[in-house]
This record gives sequence, C-alpha cells and structure tokens, in this order.
Amino acid sequence: MSTPAEPRSAARLPGQGVIHDLGYRHYDGVRLGRGAITRALFVESAKGAYGLGRSTRSKVMPLLLLAAICFPALIIAVIAAVTAADKLPGNYTAYVLNLQLVVMVYVAGQAPAGVSRDLRFRVMSLYLSRPLERIDYVVAKYAALTAATFALMALPLTILFVGALLAKLPVSEQVPDYLRSIGGAFLTALVLAGIGLVIAAVTPRRGLGVAAIIAVLAVLAGVQGAVQGIADHENQDTFAGYAGLFSPFTLVHGVQSSLLGAENQLPEGPPGALGGAVFAAVVVGVVAACFGALLVRYRRVSI
Amino acid sequence: MPMIQTEALTKRYGSVTAVSELSVDVEPGVVGLIGANGAGKSTLIKMVLGLLPATSGRATVLGLDVATEGAAIRERVGYMPEHDCLPPDVSATELVVHMARMSGLPRAAARERTADTLRHVGLYEERYRSIGGYSTGMKQRVKLAQALVHDPQLVLLDEPTNGLDPAGRDDMLGLIRRIGTEFGISVLVASHLLGELERVCDHVVVIDAGQLLRSSSTADVTAASPLIAVEVTERTDDLAAALRQAGLGVATVGLLLEVDLRDDTTYDVVRDAVVRLGVGLVRMERRRHRMAEIFATPVGGEHVDAR
Repeated sequence: MSTPAEPRSAARLPGQGVIHDLGYRHYDGVRLGRGAITRALFVESAKGAYGLGRSTRSKVMPLLLLAAICFPALIIAVIAAVTAADKLPGNYTAYVLNLQLVVMVYVAGQAPAGVSRDLRFRVMSLYLSRPLERIDYVVAKYAALTAATFALMALPLTILFVGALLAKLPVSEQVPDYLRSIGGAFLTALVLAGIGLVIAAVTPRRGLGVAAIIAVLAVLAGVQGAVQGIADHENQDTFAGYAGLFSPFTLVHGVQSSLLGAENQLPEGPPGALGGAVFAAVVVGVVAACFGALLVRYRRVSI
Repeated sequence: MPMIQTEALTKRYGSVTAVSELSVDVEPGVVGLIGANGAGKSTLIKMVLGLLPATSGRATVLGLDVATEGAAIRERVGYMPEHDCLPPDVSATELVVHMARMSGLPRAAARERTADTLRHVGLYEERYRSIGGYSTGMKQRVKLAQALVHDPQLVLLDEPTNGLDPAGRDDMLGLIRRIGTEFGISVLVASHLLGELERVCDHVVVIDAGQLLRSSSTADVTAASPLIAVEVTERTDDLAAALRQAGLGVATVGLLLEVDLRDDTTYDVVRDAVVRLGVGLVRMERRRHRMAEIFATPVGGEHVDAR
C-alpha cells in the first residue's frame, strides 16, 4: 500500500524511562460493513442507556429506576410464592400501567442522553464522516432506546411470571398473559422511544429535553385520564373508549385488550373490532411518524 | 493515481456559488488547500467525503466516485473537522475506540489501534481522563487521532492549527509532516494561513471564491527565482534607483528592498551601490519567494501549472 514504517527509535519521556517506539503500523485486518457498524452502535447505545461503559454518575438514575420498577414485582412474587395464592395479586398488564411514571421518567432521562450529546457537541460530524449513513444512526439509536425501555418493563414482568410459576399457578393460564404483557411492553417501548427521541433531537440541551419529554408524557396521560373519566361519567362509552388514544400507555393497552385478548384495566376499552383496529393503526402511525421525523431532523444535520 | 481528482466540480447554494468549475488533481503526499475563509475549502471537503452532492461536474477520491461510492470513500478516508466535535464527558480512549468501531474495526482491533494512535499523536496518561478537562492542544490531538485510528489512506484536516499557541502549532505541523512521511498516509490540510503550510506541504492548491487560483508544488513556489533582501539605514529609494540603473529587478517591501539574484556578481553590485551612497548596510541576505506572493501574482503568472 504505502511506505512501510521504518523508524525504530527510542523516545525518552520525562520520568518514564525509555519507550521503544515501534513506528507507525498499518492496519490490514477486517473492516466491517454498515450493518455491523449499525449493530455496534445499537449495542453500545443500549448499554449506555443503563450507564454501562459510562461514568458512575450516569449509572445512578437508570439503575435506581430499574430497582424502583422491579421492587413491587418482587414483593408480589414473594407473597404469591409464600402464601401459595391461587392467582397473582395484580396482573401483568395492569402492572406496567400502574408503574408508568417510572417508565416515563426513564425515557425522559435516557432519550436526551442518547442523542442530545451528539448533536450539541457536534459529534455528529465524526459519525457522518464514517461509512454509516444517517438512517443507520437513527435506526441504531431508535432500536437501542426501544430495547432499553423494553428491558425496563420486561424485567419486572418476568419476575412476576417466575413468582407465579414458583407459586405453582397453572402454567397454561400464566404463559399467555405473560406473553401478552411482554408484547404490550414492546409496543409501549416503541411508542415511548419514538416520542422521546423526537423531542430530544430537537432540544440539544439535555436538561431541556428531559423536562420537555416529562411534560409531554405527563400532559398526555393527564388529558387521557381526565377525558376518559368525564366521558365515562357522562355515559359516553364510545368516546370514553377512544379517549385511551391520548396516552402511549393506554394506547398500547387498548391494542392489548382488544386485539391480544388481555383483560381491560381501564374504565372503557376500545369499542369493538373497529376500535381495536383504530388503536393498532394509531400505534403504527405514531411509530412511523416519529421515525420519519427523526430522519428529517438528521437529514438537516451537517458535518 | 491522484488521491483526489475533480472535473469542473461546482456547488451552488441558491444564487451563491461555493465551488465553481473546479478541476484539480491532488497527488499523494502532504497537500495544502489554501484559501481565505469562505473560499470554498469546507464545501470541497464535504463533497470529497461524499456528503454533499455536487451541482455539476464530478469528483473521485482514491478512484471512487463521490456521487455513488461515498460510504466506500469514508471507510478509507479520515476527517478532522475545524470546529469542536468532542463530547466532554468521555475519555479520549473511550471516544477514539468508539469511533474506530464506527469505522468498521472489530472491538479488539479498535482498542489496539486506539492505544497506538493516541501514542502517535502524543497523548499519554491523560488519555484516561475526561475530554472536558483537556487543553485546546490536547483536544486537537484527539480530533486528529479519531481521524487516523482506522488507518485511512487519506486524511482531510480542516484548519488543524486553529486556536493553538505557537508551540502547539509547531507540534501539530510536525505531526502532520510525520503523517505524510513516516505513516505513509496522504494528507489534505486546509488552512487560511500560508506560512505554516509552506513548511509541511509538498504541494499547494490555492482556491479563491470557489475557483482554482493555482496548484503547484511547494518546491516550485519557494525555490523559483531567488532574491536577496537588502536593508540600509537611509536613502532606500535612492539605492533602489541605483540598482535599477545597474539593470537589476528591484521591489520595495516595507523597509526592505528585494533584489532579483542573477548570480554571485549581484552581491557585488549591491555592495558597490551601497558604498557609493555612503549609507549603512543593515543586512543583505538571500531569501526565497514567500508563498504569500502567489496571492499577489495574478492568475497566469509564471508559477502556474494548473490545468
């Protein structure tokens, strides 16, 4: 290729004795392609969402939240196992719904941590000058936050499931419920990660991004609760059912209860087959819109 | 094979033309890309990386077409941006390992290459500390290391001496020279400072307002037509007149006279003229044309060999 590195000198550094300089060595090993690079970025970003491979400070919040969301599940599992109950106190689908605040706070913290830094400090220049395309970066970051958020919900659900098995509850009943809740957790993660990343990508200041995501998710949940409550009170059943569309958690819960056959935990679920289809369409629409918005946002990033 | 080859390359942003009909070959070695701010250097670099589509014309890098083979180009090329691009909360090692992996190196190779590269750019113990606490000089070294870590065939350095003090500037220039010679990696270094590029480049490409002003080897520019600089205590103008009468080419540059050196007798002519005027001779030294003069010489001047 080019001239071989020939100088072999010994450089003396202050206080370090002699370092033998082997000269510059060329790299002739493998160079992985776009797919492998995208996977590497995905893995590092997903680990980074729990502070793994980062500073101790960035581990604190995610691990605290993980503990917070698992603790009640552990207690439920222990009670079920010890008292040999004939059913779990509480159910899988309701569990995530009840602890949605923890998930919101997690997404609000980790979405900006994942993307704001690269935008604010213009690290994007270093990514863009490499084989990776813009869409690869978006795919890796979206997938990583989805996986991390999914893990946050899947871990306590799995603890509940293990508790149920230890309590010798009928496996044939537990498995479908558990799998439904896992599917729901995945859809919830997909929707939340999308919303979180879009907001984080337009607010390069991290603190601002955290606040903005919390505010948006809390307002959506509040509007959903209020509208559904009022409509339910006024006996507007159809309207109350569709009120679930407002918040990511109730949106996905609607899909779970009407299409996946989970038990409805809300005052009113999506009305009929049409309702179920509308909820599913909205999930797909929100995810597609978020992904599209991210692509548009990153197309505008220059090196 | 030229490292970079452009043919009538043009980039327009609306009514603004950033790069205009640029045709130039950049040969292997250390090549300076010189131009004032806004001359089109950064636009050219973005097009060379395959990140900015040309309005018209074409360009190849390492024989690869920028319009269709951008990813393959970026696998073989390193880029050091002009602006800050380092996250403050990670160490140099962490960042460079990550960027090596983003260039397609497997994990183990990324670690090994990172350790080597950081040593080559002169970062030792401090590489484990957060970048937030680094000096400008150290940050520039990290930026350079991430551009070199995947062992590219060509590195594009955009204003690498920006913000450095004179000592840091010298270190960086020395490093650039070593990349071209010891490491065997071709370098395209963009700068608006002529003086510093003159010292490290084999060849310079000068652009102005997006157009090629000239492309010539540094040796051509600096070795051609030697001069002697003459400074006297007084009556500089009279001395200039006397030398012109003797048939020598003379230019007044501030307090100095620059006299074309024909052969060794020129020294005698100058000495005799000074003696006749009865003034003090402060200095008489041989010097070469400075690169700065190529800006003053109009296009089509004697050193042009651009296509």
